[in-house]
Amino acid sequence: MSQVSMRKGLRSLILRDVKGAARQGTGGLQAVIFFAVVITLVPFGLGPDTDLLNRIAPGMIWIALVLSSLLTLDRLFQVDFEDGTFDLLTLSPIPLEVIVLAKCLSHWLTNALPLLLVTPLLGILLNIDLSALGMVLVTLVIGTPALTFIGAIGAALTVGVRRGGLLIALLIMPLYVPVVIFAVGAVNSARLNIANGEGLIFTEPNLLFLAALSLFGLAIGPLAAAAGLRLNLS
Amino acid sequence: MIAMVPFSALANPHRFMSFSDRMLPWMGWLTALLLVTGFIWGLFFAPPDYQMGESARIMFVHVPSAWLSMFAYAVLAGASLMSLIWRHNLADMAAKSAAPLGAAFTFLGLVTGALWGQPMWGTFWEWDARPTSMLVLFFIYLGYIALWETIEDQQKAARAAAILAIVGSINAVIVKFSVDWWNTLHQPASLSRLDAPAMHWSFWVPLLICALGYTMLFLTLLFVRMRTEVMRNRIRRLRMKQVGA
Repeated sequence: MSQVSMRKGLRSLILRDVKGAARQGTGGLQAVIFFAVVITLVPFGLGPDTDLLNRIAPGMIWIALVLSSLLTLDRLFQVDFEDGTFDLLTLSPIPLEVIVLAKCLSHWLTNALPLLLVTPLLGILLNIDLSALGMVLVTLVIGTPALTFIGAIGAALTVGVRRGGLLIALLIMPLYVPVVIFAVGAVNSARLNIANGEGLIFTEPNLLFLAALSLFGLAIGPLAAAAGLRLNLS
Repeated sequence: MIAMVPFSALANPHRFMSFSDRMLPWMGWLTALLLVTGFIWGLFFAPPDYQMGESARIMFVHVPSAWLSMFAYAVLAGASLMSLIWRHNLADMAAKSAAPLGAAFTFLGLVTGALWGQPMWGTFWEWDARPTSMLVLFFIYLGYIALWETIEDQQKAARAAAILAIVGSINAVIVKFSVDWWNTLHQPASLSRLDAPAMHWSFWVPLLICALGYTMLFLTLLFVRMRTEVMRNRIRRLRMKQVGA
């Protein structure tokens, strides 16, 4: 299979999913509302102390984001698996790994990106200071691909399971621990650096590890997810 | 040709059944001997620790549990790798059987650690790097077991679980590293326990005997569970035949 037609296949797959999501509309939006509701619960649980909220905002945003993105994972392959689209896709000359990659990218565009876009608003609800908010957004851009790629493995393994949503969460949540650690670590160390008057440092180790996790996910996620899909397709 | 397929699939489990049948009594007695010796030595004859006093004796129960929790995952991951490469039925059974044992050892390690933590640190739970990564390992075990339980088709379940185990083993290393990293950020003066000065032989000899006893216990129980799995498969096959006839 030539390089050009592979790229074309990748692009048309992504376009198809993004268009489908845009026409259907509500899918990605539900996760956004869930994200907002979880963040709204935080002050009810911990009290409306603005200093406290500012301090814990990066961690709360990341935890709520992980929960919301877990909710969307079961849709990653399920729909195409159930209506037979995957059976047709596997007949095409594009390798299943590339198809999975396309699925992950379009899933990120339609589900993670909306979460990212509402984060500033939710940050304001938690009274986060602006520099920390900027850093949270940077960690979200760098870190959410890792969530999608690692989550794809869980989604692929449970694609044959009816109502596998809770099972995916059980399988994938332990694997998300490093992402949360490095993302929140990056924001906290950026806060410290800004307090010391050093400004943003993009070679900060937490941030580099977060990027490494996303690249690592990009490397093994499609491979393992394709293997998981293959056993469910056969 | 059709008769050949079940035969070749059965050949190895068959050999395993006769081998384990002969080995199990020996393994059982060896386990009992090692554990009784190790526990009596550790609990009654080893000297009390000069810092931690008598409560350090929980070490003889705690440390081998912690080791075995990781050893069991190594067995699980190794068996899963074999299952993915060679499609070996027995490897699937080994992986499936190792998981609940590993989860049990991890749980034991967490509980005995908490009981030890209370007199030593003044709290049952400290978000120290070791208990934290043990807790994550415990959840990885539970997810693995849940995946086996959920997928009905045993062949599919075996392969899905094997993929999860391999991904989990790579990720366990990253989790361990990231938790250590996170921990050093949060509490720079982490309490060190056993990596203090080199242990006196009066401690490590009984500890080693206990660890060997735990390992033998794990292997014995693993064999028992694998035998159960083989028999369960045979019953399933017989039932299928009955339905087919």
